[in-house]
Amino acid sequence: MSAPLLSIKGVSKKFGAVVALEEVSLDVGAGEFFALLGPSGCGKTTLMRCIAGFESPDAGTISLSVVDLSGVPPYRRPVNMMFQSYALFPHLNVFENIAFGLRRQGGTRDAIDARVGELLAMTQLSAFGHRRIDELSGGQKQRVALARALAPRPKMLLLDEPLAALDRKLREETQFQLKEIQRLTQTSFVIVTHDQDEALALADRIAVMRAGRVEQVAGPMEIYDRPATRFVAGFVGETNFIEGRLDRNGAAALVAEFGRIPCEPGDLPDGARATLSVRPERIGVAREGEGIAGFVENFVFRGETTLLRVRVARDIVLRAAACHGERHAIGDSVRLNFPPGAGTLLAEET
Amino acid sequence: MSAAASWARRATLFIGFVFLYAPIVILAVMSFNASRLVSVWGGFSTKWYAALLENEQLLHSAKISLAAALTSATIATLLGLLAAISLARFGRFRTRMLFFGAVHAPLVLPEVVLGLALLTCFVAFGVGRGFVTLVIGHVTLTMCFTTVAILAALRDSDPALEEAAMDLGATPLGAFIRVALPQIAPAIVTAYLLAFTLSLDDLVIASFATGPGATTLPMRIYSQVRLGVSPQINAISTLLLALVAVALGLAALVSSGRARRDGKW
Repeated sequence: MSAPLLSIKGVSKKFGAVVALEEVSLDVGAGEFFALLGPSGCGKTTLMRCIAGFESPDAGTISLSVVDLSGVPPYRRPVNMMFQSYALFPHLNVFENIAFGLRRQGGTRDAIDARVGELLAMTQLSAFGHRRIDELSGGQKQRVALARALAPRPKMLLLDEPLAALDRKLREETQFQLKEIQRLTQTSFVIVTHDQDEALALADRIAVMRAGRVEQVAGPMEIYDRPATRFVAGFVGETNFIEGRLDRNGAAALVAEFGRIPCEPGDLPDGARATLSVRPERIGVAREGEGIAGFVENFVFRGETTLLRVRVARDIVLRAAACHGERHAIGDSVRLNFPPGAGTLLAEET
Repeated sequence: MSAAASWARRATLFIGFVFLYAPIVILAVMSFNASRLVSVWGGFSTKWYAALLENEQLLHSAKISLAAALTSATIATLLGLLAAISLARFGRFRTRMLFFGAVHAPLVLPEVVLGLALLTCFVAFGVGRGFVTLVIGHVTLTMCFTTVAILAALRDSDPALEEAAMDLGATPLGAFIRVALPQIAPAIVTAYLLAFTLSLDDLVIASFATGPGATTLPMRIYSQVRLGVSPQINAISTLLLALVAVALGLAALVSSGRARRDGKW
């Protein structure tokens, strides 16, 4: 495998007594769409600012194309950033905003005009070149910011919460546009977000961060289906945490207070305390037959599914998603089925 | 609203304006008085303005005042810009609060005290008083005003803009000039005009800081008034007033134009 485009090794950063990043190591490949996902304050923005050059790490190295970036100022890094506030220059029009980076690089007038025209077309802004920034809508500003950051053909584009300021409907549309533009330009995109849906929808790979550390780096499917830690399981999507002891005799299962749940034991020893994370939609809901008995305590209609809260023991409530069309009422008794491999077994965290 | 209340409001406004501007209007009107007596209207005339052109002393003082105002406003604006940048952009450096206080102190310092301090300082260092010390004095007086004006604008401009410019390949200085400066340009113009006006009509600091060769116009007017009010003084005062009004009008125009462009109305 060729060397990764961006390689972060053991990066730490403190602001006074606050640890923003602790021993973070990551690789991002060329042409990859990578997401840094985590709650606010987890250090994802600090990491991005370190890559862009606005912060310098206290320890560790960041290298791009095998070149160490430490000491390289932001204006000499072949990395551009799309700011959360967009940071468009209010005294310049759309065309000049996009041309700003190109003019700093030098290059002929014709080349600049051509490149800006290309980007205006790519972001569907061709008719807006001479508009002033304050005459644009939120979505248009977002596209100008994207075009401006892409114009100098950076090796890597950093996007700080690029969709946060858009309303819900526009956000979904823009997600597809972003993906399309990333595919067309073949540029590595690193997106910072606290929105798990956004990360799952956009990224090829996701790094889930918590309190300055990387908890897991994997593709969206794996993050969702095989979370490495309890934090990842809880942060990305909805889940049930079922606590119990592992029984490896015969078909491995987790012995919980309310019954045996088949699971893949991994390398945990027999009798170990563990937590099983099971997504609501992986739990089968039936009226009768095999399975763990419980009764419907509450339900929420979600469109394609109905989320049931099922009480299976005196103080344990599981969430299960019933398919469209099935009707349940409060107080109904149901049976919950756990297909083998439905959940992920997580070791007790020390 | 009843008619009476409406009348009362207008009357209050009128009285207020009379109180503020009647002396100035009378001064301006009297500068066109043909009579030599200040209290008697002897018909319209511009002869006092013509006489001004003959008055070498007054013209010389006017030139000194203008030169001092232009020079000190330029220096004060530059220094104010640098002080504002350090206060707004350099984070929390160790002596920041001290510096902040020191820059703003002359705003509330009695002018007499500042003037006396300057005089003491010049004497202690054996600096001969003249045009240079006058400019130094006026810079000391006006720099706090320029700093306040520019700092306010710099705080309003988003530092992310400069970061974005650097990210796109501009050096820190380049980013400041290309992105931050256009944002705060109106404030810089306002600051300059403010400093210019303050310097032009300052009497107190000038009395302490200047020497025999560099008598400013306000000083000249003040000393002549003690010998009796001549209509010539009315004329030169009216001109001075017009100049200040134009400068302040420009400043207001610049800042209102800016506000309108930002859609802040």
